[in-house]
Amino acid sequence: MQKSLHIDANKCTGCLQCEMACSYENYGVFITAKSRIKIFDFENEGRKVPYTCTQCAEAWCLMACPVDAIRLDAVTGAKVVNEATCVGCKVCTIACPFGTINYVAATGKVQKCDLCDGDPACATACPTGAITYVDADWTGFDKMRAWAGKTDNATRASA
Amino acid sequence: MKHLIIGAGAAGITAAEQLRKLDPAASITVLDGEGEAAPYARMAIPYLLSNQIVEAGTHLRRDPDHYRTLRIDIEKGRAAAVDPVASLVRLVDGRVLPYDRLLIATGSVPSREKVAGIDLPGVHTCWTLADARAIIASLRPGTRVVQMGAGFVGCIIIQGLMSRGADLTVLIRSGRMVSRMMPPKASDMIAQWCAAKGVHVMGKTQTAKIEQDGNSLKVTLTTGEILPADIYLSVVGVKPGIDFLAGSGIAMQDGIVVDARMRTNLPGIYAAGDVAESCDCVTGKSQINAIQPNAVEQARIAALNMAGGAADFVGSLAINVLDTLGLVSCSFGQWQGVEGGAGVELVDEANYRYLSLQFGDDVLIGATSIGWTDHVGVLRGLIQTSTPLGVWKERLLADPTTFMAAYLATSQKAA
Repeated sequence: MQKSLHIDANKCTGCLQCEMACSYENYGVFITAKSRIKIFDFENEGRKVPYTCTQCAEAWCLMACPVDAIRLDAVTGAKVVNEATCVGCKVCTIACPFGTINYVAATGKVQKCDLCDGDPACATACPTGAITYVDADWTGFDKMRAWAGKTDNATRASA
Repeated sequence: MKHLIIGAGAAGITAAEQLRKLDPAASITVLDGEGEAAPYARMAIPYLLSNQIVEAGTHLRRDPDHYRTLRIDIEKGRAAAVDPVASLVRLVDGRVLPYDRLLIATGSVPSREKVAGIDLPGVHTCWTLADARAIIASLRPGTRVVQMGAGFVGCIIIQGLMSRGADLTVLIRSGRMVSRMMPPKASDMIAQWCAAKGVHVMGKTQTAKIEQDGNSLKVTLTTGEILPADIYLSVVGVKPGIDFLAGSGIAMQDGIVVDARMRTNLPGIYAAGDVAESCDCVTGKSQINAIQPNAVEQARIAALNMAGGAADFVGSLAINVLDTLGLVSCSFGQWQGVEGGAGVELVDEANYRYLSLQFGDDVLIGATSIGWTDHVGVLRGLIQTSTPLGVWKERLLADPTTFMAAYLATSQKAA
């Protein structure tokens, strides 16, 4: 059973442990600006919303890459950027309708969530259970994926 | 079933792979008009120019055995004509290839500038790997390059030219850089950025003639001014590579006219990618959106139908991302806005940041950004899904930088 990140924004306190864990996992430093998961702060509503890649089935980023730099990890289902191959053209960053693959000027490459090879640091770091790593069928990502379907060509089912 | 694909770019290769997935027994041949080691991505050429990758880094697929493993025959040769009655393609070298289903995915070709001297040695365009090699071979620190054109290609190669020490002059006929993907203010900011980085930008002028002058070139402008040059780069846009189809009976306007299934007017013949003129999902008009994501999606749809399925393309969306000497700009959909539609433009010239959002009634229809790299994909998401914005329209008009919050609030209520 593949697992995926489950996000329950109601449990998020905005502590940014996930962003720090992501930054540390990938870059060895605690710099939240480098994080691939982001907490959005709706100040007026007092709401914090963690947000990162859902590893959508459509794989817009992977499909758009002109040089085959984004691959599917068959074990985790993650779409993973191979930095050595990425030329930094950024086409994936405008193709992804979720805005979850982004260009990093310092490296000249793009970055996105890769599920940390099946042990996501953000989920481990989250102290309130707002981010958990659970069986894919069980998550609330269905709604997000339904939205992905709207962006899609509504023809995949008939293919 | 014999599938023949003309063109080994992103569209042609994507279609071939999709066809193999759908039909393990089919014969699949891709006609590759360039004699390179492997099918490659033109998108990667700017990074070859700037020495960030080697030639193999431009290849569409990593595995050298990829095509053999999938039993996709990459046939070297250029198509000269399509004979739809006999169901075959005639090649320039005299060979003839039969087909049951034909996909035309020949992409774009560079437009040719009609000025005297355009065939002189030292005059280049920048479209193919061979072009890039020729430019790299003649480019040294201090080499005087006169470049005609500052569209997408003209802008994205500047980094490569400058990184090799070119003394670069860019001529812009309209006076506006990337005028086909950027509003005037954004064009100005990109031009200022280039000038600040040492590029000589000359607007409202163009080349009248190019002459040999000893070992150099002499470029005379329409204004009468004369520029000495070692290299003349002609990058004045591209057009669909469809000349070989004249007289074939395949319906063409700007490009090859296709329906939602990527079918041409002739049975068994399909088109995808930069040559295909299809419905734009924002404007509803038949047009060419010559960009990578559309090319691969159209190819996927074409292949599904060629293999006997029934899949419709919902329409293309104009989206572009450009890196001009490190300044990243994007445009989405109807970035120009529409008559009577609301819009907002945020200009921060000192920091080279710009954001324009354009609205229909209650939806985002277009956007332009400079200096934004985080989460820009949601602009595509909001436009393509016509997400009702509700209260967020007014909020975005007041502060367009909150587009990510608007997206989360309107599209990700589950979050």
